[in-house]
Amino acid sequence: MTAVASSGQPVALGHNQGVGRRHRIPLPALAIASFVLVTLALALVFFVAPNDADQGFRQRIFYFHVSVAFTSYLCFGAGAWKALRHLWKRDPFADLESYVAVHQGVIFGALVLLTGSIWAKTSWGHWWVWSEDQLVLFLVLFLFYAAYFMLRYSVDPGPQRANLSAVYALFGVVLVPVSFMAIRLSQRLIHPQVFTRHGANFGGWILVTYLVSQFAVLLLAYTLYRLEVTGKSIDARLRELRLA
Amino acid sequence: MTSAETYVTAAYCVIFGLVLLYVVLIALKLQRLQRDVEKLSSRKDEDG
Repeated sequence: MTAVASSGQPVALGHNQGVGRRHRIPLPALAIASFVLVTLALALVFFVAPNDADQGFRQRIFYFHVSVAFTSYLCFGAGAWKALRHLWKRDPFADLESYVAVHQGVIFGALVLLTGSIWAKTSWGHWWVWSEDQLVLFLVLFLFYAAYFMLRYSVDPGPQRANLSAVYALFGVVLVPVSFMAIRLSQRLIHPQVFTRHGANFGGWILVTYLVSQFAVLLLAYTLYRLEVTGKSIDARLRELRLA
Repeated sequence: MTSAETYVTAAYCVIFGLVLLYVVLIALKLQRLQRDVEKLSSRKDEDG
C-alpha cells in the first residue's frame, strides 16, 4: 500500500511494516541517553576543561561548534547514502529517511554558522570573514542543501519528486569533503585546525571534553532524526488509513 | 560577566534554543497526529 507522507513523498507502509523500520534501541532510551550525555558534556565544558592558553575562555565555544559541524557533515552524508539506496534498491522508506537526514543537516548547519559567527566575533572581531575559504565553503554547502527543500516542494508529490530529490542530495555530498578539506588547503589559516595528519591538535581534558561533546551531539542528532522519521511515518500511515 | 563569557553563553543559548524550538515543533506535530488518530478511532467506532 502507498501513502503520501507530510514530506510529500509516497511511502509504502504495508501492515507488517507498522510505522517504519524496527530499531533495536527504543526512542525513549535514546532521548534519556542524549540528555545525560549532553549534560555531562556541558559539565565538562564549563567546569573541567581548562582555559585555552591562546584564546582563554572563549575557546569553549569550540567543543559544541566543531561537534555540530561534524554532525552536520554526517547528516548530509547520511542523506546522500539514503538517496543512493532509494535510486539503487528502490527502498520505499529511503526517500523519507534521506529527506529527514538532509533536514537535520540543515538545522545543524545553521547552528554551525551561528556559533561560528559568534566565535569569529569574539576571536577576530568580525561576525563573518569573506576571505576565509572554510567559512564561505560551508556557507555554500549550507545554501546548496537549503535549496534542496525549494526543489522538493516545487515538484508534485510522487516518484519524480523522490528521484529528483535523491539526485540533488547525492550531488551535494561532493561539497562535504571540499568544505572539510578547505581549511587544509587554505593558505591563510586563520581558522584553527582541529585534526592534523599527526592526530588531534590537543590532549588531556580538552580532548576528553571534545570527544564527549562530539558523541553527545551525534547521539542528540540521531535521536532527533529517529523522532522526526517516526512522526512522518505515523503521518503517512494515518493518510493511508484515511484513504482505506 | 566578561565579553568572552557573554559570547560563549550566547553561543550555547543559540544551540539549545534552536534544538528546543525543533523539539517543540516535533511535539506539536505529534499532538496533531494524536488528534488525527483519535478522530479516526471515533469514526471507526461510529461506523462499526
